[in-house]
Amino acid sequence: MKTLRNAKVGETVTVVKLHGEGAVKRRIMDMGITKGTTVFVRKTAPLGDPIEVTVRGFELSLRKGDCEMIEIA
Amino acid sequence: MGVTIALAGNPNCGKTTMFNSLTGSIQRVGNWPGVTVEKKEGHLKGDKEIVIQDLPGIYSLSPYTLEEVVSRNYLINEKPDAILNIVDATNLERNLYLTTQLIEIGLPMVVALNMMDVVNKNGDKIDPKKLGEALGCQVVETSALKGTGCKEAAQLAAKKAQSGEKPVLPHVFRGTVEHAIAHIEESIQDKVDPQRLRWYAVKLFERDEKVQATLQLDEETRAHIEEHIAECEQELDDDAESIITNERYAYISRIIHTCYKKAKKPGSLSVSDKIDRVVTNKWAALPIFAAVMFVVYYVSVTTIGTIVTDFTNDTFVAAWIQEPLQNWLTGLGTAPWLVGLLCDGIVGGVGAVIGFIPQMVVLFFFLAILEDIGYMARVAFIMDRIFRKFGLSGKSFIPMLIGTGCGVPGVMASRTIESERDRRMTIITTTFIPCSAKMPIVALMAGAIFGGAWWVAPSAYFIGVAAIVISGIMLKKTKRFAGDPAPFVMELPAYHLPSGKNVLHSVWERAKSFFRKAGTIILLSSILIWFLSSFGVVDGAFVMVEDMNLSILAVVGTALAFLFVPLGFGSWQAAVATIMGLVAKEEVVGVFGVLFGISGDALELVESGAFNELAPIAAAFTLLGAFSFLVFNLLCAPCFAAIGAIKREMNNAKWTLFAVGYQCGFAYLCSLIIYQLGSLFTGGGFTVWTAVAFLGLAFLLYMLFRKNKYDENHLTVLKGVQA
Repeated sequence: MKTLRNAKVGETVTVVKLHGEGAVKRRIMDMGITKGTTVFVRKTAPLGDPIEVTVRGFELSLRKGDCEMIEIA
Repeated sequence: MGVTIALAGNPNCGKTTMFNSLTGSIQRVGNWPGVTVEKKEGHLKGDKEIVIQDLPGIYSLSPYTLEEVVSRNYLINEKPDAILNIVDATNLERNLYLTTQLIEIGLPMVVALNMMDVVNKNGDKIDPKKLGEALGCQVVETSALKGTGCKEAAQLAAKKAQSGEKPVLPHVFRGTVEHAIAHIEESIQDKVDPQRLRWYAVKLFERDEKVQATLQLDEETRAHIEEHIAECEQELDDDAESIITNERYAYISRIIHTCYKKAKKPGSLSVSDKIDRVVTNKWAALPIFAAVMFVVYYVSVTTIGTIVTDFTNDTFVAAWIQEPLQNWLTGLGTAPWLVGLLCDGIVGGVGAVIGFIPQMVVLFFFLAILEDIGYMARVAFIMDRIFRKFGLSGKSFIPMLIGTGCGVPGVMASRTIESERDRRMTIITTTFIPCSAKMPIVALMAGAIFGGAWWVAPSAYFIGVAAIVISGIMLKKTKRFAGDPAPFVMELPAYHLPSGKNVLHSVWERAKSFFRKAGTIILLSSILIWFLSSFGVVDGAFVMVEDMNLSILAVVGTALAFLFVPLGFGSWQAAVATIMGLVAKEEVVGVFGVLFGISGDALELVESGAFNELAPIAAAFTLLGAFSFLVFNLLCAPCFAAIGAIKREMNNAKWTLFAVGYQCGFAYLCSLIIYQLGSLFTGGGFTVWTAVAFLGLAFLLYMLFRKNKYDENHLTVLKGVQA
């Protein structure tokens, strides 16, 4: 399974499914990362984590650990 | 008749600016019951009948975060007369996500399409009329920053409240989902307020545990509802919560198509994008971060902050108020004790509070700018990786940095941390960092006892940082700090120029709240300590004493000295000095001077390096005992001013006590381990206390390395806040 964690900086990916449950998953969805959304990986923080992505026209930072919940194609 | 309008919207949508422009400077700031989430309300300017209730900035009405639970409880239970939903027009898609949820509550509602000036400037076009028709409620264009349209929006909301006109519920979801929701509505319609029917039905479909708990449906109804949800989930191959979120966003995409025209092609860079490219660039981010922090520190701690604070303390309070007052009172023939109470106790105590304000204002000014321009979110982005390991937020860096100057503004700087858990953890640990007032103690020990050894001062900072790291790791595994989820899924808002009004407002609010909330505790405790140190029993009579050796404090110190025997500094002088350290940490040195009968001001002697004069102090300590004393005084409860700041920021007596208790307990344990194990290895022999120290060490190690039962990702519904 390919997740957002595996995506490279500069890549644009499409969300296939969100895994897991609870607060973090809900927050990710509430911020607009839902099935079929395109996500652009902008950059990695200077210390390697978290990452910054563009989704639905705004910038969002996500921890790499949480990115594993997001399956992409 | 008065109406209440609730102001709801995403973080960074311009809600604060809107609130300030609607209400002016007269606002009531408090906290939502039982939580540290700030609650603000005020009257619409020029209309006392319209109350504006500000809600926390939220992205959704989920049951997971404190802000969201507080907001939805208010909207559902307190029933404001209307909602004014502020929508950032430059970020329409995500902002409308909350709108679709607010509409379901069934209250009269108006949407303020904010930041329209920016949208127009970009050449984009939004048709508010079409958007309003699609949403089922009226849409007004506003620009809170420029002050246009705000009042009209509020007045329109008030009008809707009076007429009771509710939004027309748009059909948001696809057929299968609507079908299931209709079934749920049918089975609960006699149990809930008919206006909130849709909201409850959707929440039950999402299996919202808080709503399930409030409604207390019978077994049969629950099974019936569950059947419909399961059917829908199977058909759409997803869980109910995801289905609802997907459907909302799909619906928003559809309506945006009809009323929003973008001028630029996607992919072109805005000014904000260009700034961000540099500011959080892989190579430039850390140097820029360091430079920004240096400026903040240099101005608010080293230069301007200290200059104005010294001026306030030494000139304004001491020379302009205290001395003339004292001369005047003495001239009138006032009893010495009354002069002492007024000048040293009360004026001194108030002065201690006032003295912090200039520095605080300078610091708050910087913080407000950093927040307003959007850099604060980048601070968290850059520092997150380091700090989250210790249960802290990336934003904890600023309180700790400021804490090296003074713990009081350091603790106050924790306000910028959103997550309650991270904020509390930061408040508890910030004062472990040696502040400038603790440096004289370090200098005294290094100079008079360790013969000027170079490693004493660096070790003070090392101990402070280690205490933060150890405490962070230990505390985040305790039940107290588990349970509140703090997902780090954070928006990085677009950079924009700071608004002078917003910055000044924020500085004013924070300074005021420090003065009012922290001021009382500082004043009262200063008076108490003044009393204890200036009165005593001499020859059987209770009198005011000049010599601290005869004071009540000396008696108290003697009584408490036994506590410090296992730490290696059981003299009554050390106990008294430690207590006096609560007034201000540099007092420890001055008090030693008085108690050991040193001629001259001990603090000045330390500063000038005249350590020979301080030999009587050195004689009272063993090397190990001195180090243990140093560690204890670095880590134990901070001065009253900092405790006041902790109380202000915790906004909860229990948490304040926990913080101070933890700090003292941790300091005691560390000193005990250092002294006892140190004695053992230097040939001191094995005593009961050595065994206790080993047990303490084992406990510390266990707390550090045990498995975290509360896995961060495995968090369900917020506890402690009722739905």
